[in-house]
Order: sequence, then C-alpha cells, then structure tokens
Amino acid sequence: MESCKLTAHELLEKIKNGEIASEQIFSDLSKRIEGVDSKVKAYVRTSDSQPLVHNSNFRGIPVSIKDNICTEGCNTECCSKILVGFNPPYSATVINKIIESGNSFMGLKCNMDEFAFGSSTENSCFGPTHNPWNLECVPGGSSGGSAAAVAADEAIWALGSDTGGSIRQPASFCGVVGLKPTYGRVSRFGLIAFASSLDQIGPLTKDVRDSALLMNIISGYDPNDSTSINTPVPDYTKDLINDAKGIKVGIPREYFVEGLDPEVKLIIEEAVNKLKTLGAQFKEVSLPHTEYAVPVYYILATAEASSNLARFDGVQYGLRAKTQNLIDMYKKTRQLGFGDEAKRRIILGTFALSHGYYDAYYLRALKVRTLIKQDFDNVFKDFDCIITPTSPTSAFKIGEKVDDPLKMYLSDIYTISVNLAGIPAISIPCGFTKKGLPVGLQILSKHFNEGMLFRLAYAYEQNTEWHKMKPKL
Amino acid sequence: MGIDKKTVEDVAHLARIELNAEELEKLSSQLEHILAFIDKLSLLNTENIVPTSHVLAINNILRKDEPKASLPIDKILKNAPEKQGSFFVVPKVIE
Repeated sequence: MESCKLTAHELLEKIKNGEIASEQIFSDLSKRIEGVDSKVKAYVRTSDSQPLVHNSNFRGIPVSIKDNICTEGCNTECCSKILVGFNPPYSATVINKIIESGNSFMGLKCNMDEFAFGSSTENSCFGPTHNPWNLECVPGGSSGGSAAAVAADEAIWALGSDTGGSIRQPASFCGVVGLKPTYGRVSRFGLIAFASSLDQIGPLTKDVRDSALLMNIISGYDPNDSTSINTPVPDYTKDLINDAKGIKVGIPREYFVEGLDPEVKLIIEEAVNKLKTLGAQFKEVSLPHTEYAVPVYYILATAEASSNLARFDGVQYGLRAKTQNLIDMYKKTRQLGFGDEAKRRIILGTFALSHGYYDAYYLRALKVRTLIKQDFDNVFKDFDCIITPTSPTSAFKIGEKVDDPLKMYLSDIYTISVNLAGIPAISIPCGFTKKGLPVGLQILSKHFNEGMLFRLAYAYEQNTEWHKMKPKL
Repeated sequence: MGIDKKTVEDVAHLARIELNAEELEKLSSQLEHILAFIDKLSLLNTENIVPTSHVLAINNILRKDEPKASLPIDKILKNAPEKQGSFFVVPKVIE
C-alpha cells in the first residue's frame, strides 16, 4: 500500500536496488484505487478492460491515462456517450513510447470533461470527479481525473491534455505538478482531437523531477503527426538545478487585476518573495492583449472542435440512432450522443465559420491571436520566464458554475494565452487557502524552453514543502 | 452582431445536430450571452495584422509516395455500429 504514496523517481530507484518489483507497485495502486476511488471517482469504471495492459517488458511504473488518449485493447471513450464502448484499433504515439521505455499504463482511464470541453470534469457522461482535498469541490478540468488520481495516490504519475489550461488548472486545484509542453514538442497522434492548433499532451506528477522524467519519455518528433517538430529532445533532468540565481522573471500586470482572489494573490506574492531569496530577479511587464485571450480562444477552439467532431456521425464507431434516412441518422445520433457543452461548442464554432460571420469572428480571432503571441515574443526578448497564478481562484464547489458557461470559461483566464501562443508552461503547488485548498503557481517560457521551467520550478520546490502535502481520504 | 433562434436553428442543421424546443431556447440565450462577450474583439483594429493559424513556422510535410501496409479491415470495422463484409452499413442514400 505504501508504494503508491511515492514518486516515480523514488520507485525507479527502489526497483533498481531490488527493493520493490513493478508488480508490487501495480498491486498497491489497485488496492488504493479500491480503497478511495469510490469517493474521488478519478477513474472511469465502466470499461470491462483489465486494470493493467500487459507489457512483457514491464519493469517500470504504470502511467494513468486520460480517456481521450487512444490505448489499443482498452476502451477510450472521451467520457462521451457518443463514444461509449470505443476500443481503439491502435495506440497513441505517447502510449507506445511509454511501453518502449519499459513502463506501462493503467487499464482504467482517467475521467475528464466530455471531449475535454470544460474546466471542472463535471461534463463527463460518467459523472463528476471529486477534489481529494475537499470532496465537495471540483478537481478542475478537463484533465480532472488525472490530477485527482495523482493527488490521491491512486496514480504514480499521469498523462493529460491541455488545450486552454486542461492540465495546469486541475494541477493547481489538486496540488500537483502539471506541464503543458511547447506546441509540437509531444506527438498528438492518437489524441482524440479537440482543437488541433492548441492541443498538447503533457504530464501530471507529484513533483518536478517526475515531470522531467515523463517528458523525457513522451517528447520527440513523430512522422505520424505533421505538426510535431523535428528538434532534439534534451535530457530534462539536467535542468533540475537547485539555483535560481540570475533568472530574469516578468510579472504581467494584467494578471493581477479584479477577479483575482485576494487570498490567491497573497500566496503568489509569497512565492515570488521566496524565489527572490533564491536569486531570481523580478520586474513588472505588460501583456497588453491579455483581456482578448478568452474571446479569441472561444472562437478558435470551438471552430476547430466543430470541424474535428464532424467525424462522430454514427457511421464508423460509437453510438448510432436508428432512423430511416442518413441525414436524420447524423442529426439524431449527435443529439443523443453529445452532452450540452459539446453541443454548445459545436454550434458556436460552426457559427463562427459560417458564411457571413467568418470574417467578423474567425478571421478576426486569428488576427488577435497574432497580437497575443507578439506580446509574449516582446517580453521574452528581455526575460527568461513569466510568473502568474495558474487560476484566479482555488477549487470551486461542484455545481457552482454549471449553469453559467461564460463564468466557467473565465476560470481559464490565466492559462488560455499560453495555448494561443504555443509556448510551454508549468503549474506547481505554492500554498493552501485557509480552507485547505491548494493554489498553483504558473511559470511560462518561450518555445522549446521547457528546461527553464524545470529549473525555476525545481529550485522553488526544493526550498518549500508544498509538494509533500497529502490530502486526508 | 447577435444571434437569434432562427440562426441557431440553421447553424445546428449545418452542424447536423437535432435540437428539441427546450434545447433551442436555452442554447440561443446562452450563445447570445457568450457572443456579446466575444464581441469585445471588434474594439481592436486588426486591419493590417497577419492572421496566425499555427504558432510555429511549419511547412507542408510530404512523405515518399510508397505503398505501406494499412490497418487490417477487421480492426477498423470492429467498432462499427453496423457492418457487412468489409463495409460500413448506413441507411439507404440512393433511391
């Protein structure tokens, strides 16, 4: 039972020294899931697949996988009624890389908002996941199952996907480490597409070292993903240096405005002070187009989603409504199969792309995306990274925002710009509110500079204790 | 620019999603609310700005035109709601 409380790097050390076997870790994890998942509901429990997919060369650590990453032989349902029972004919590149590295993956998949549409994991057709720190609160989303599983020691480490903050915001809400890599760093082949120009797969882990280790495994060029970039993958563990001396950090003034919870603000300021004592140099900077990020995102992400989700029509896989003619079959299947948020986004996206509205919405949003990207380019001319809160608040109550989509969208206000600019960002635990909920610190850097994120995050982590805190379950 | 119920109905048809009266009502008012927020984009002058569809300078990736093995048909068909031989079956399209 104890092994599930450890990090992957601690366990790999024990495996190397012959102190524990991979099978024992898996069995401890299964017991832990049996013990607490009835409360947390981090995993999707309807699939009839085995808890562990066999890997004859398994000598490492199981990785828990979000339900939108294809795992051959193990259901991948995107937590959507339209894909219930879908058993992928091939595995995602990241899954093959995990297996090639001697590790394996949990056969149970992690819960998520349907098609990754959401910020709370409440939009899952299997029901919500609960935050391990307070079961009445959401774990964040859309990778809420992955984040909650890691926080509750039901996973050693996990993969999520991040289109507008879906790794970082749940990492922040659950008190774990979540990284969104540079666009193109990790192959998207086998990730069920939401918004193809924004999506990236990334790790959710208990500490920064595990994040670097998992990035070493999953990163790299893939001929099956024409948007993956053919540039060498460094050994990210080399960036785990306990020293922040001379690192130049920008603090964007547009992120510290109305809407930011005063308690979160205070905790972030304390974290900044800590980093100052470690030698980092801070200066206020401006990202003037910040306020346009959410509107740009909800045009571009929904437009791309409306196109990507056209494939769910009842012909090749998933649900099919019984009708007499083809058009009715498409329409009925999609009415029955998609949840409310999926319908909302597909219709909004189709509207933004439709004749007469394209220039006013879609094209304009693409242009404003350029302005947002230029804001970052300008800051990174003089700074190594940018620090912000990951989310304006700590975890909110289940049900609190479900009837107000716009309010829900605004909970991603600090994470969305990163996807629009394609840059990498990490969220690390940096404190707790008076009610005992975790708060995350977000560090951003320029394209392919994950190393800088790891360096600053590691220096902070080695000089604080937040990452060692465990929820009582 | 706003969005009315008729537009939502038309767009839902384009997106091949059937909506019942209740869904149409609720969606129309929610989308109106969301679009009012999005309309803040019209405050910016974007006249000479080049649109960004992908953030990194990537080119078309071409592979050699060589035949390669595809996934086997039975694997592809195993998730089909309805199939016959090596085909997907759909409701009759041609009279």
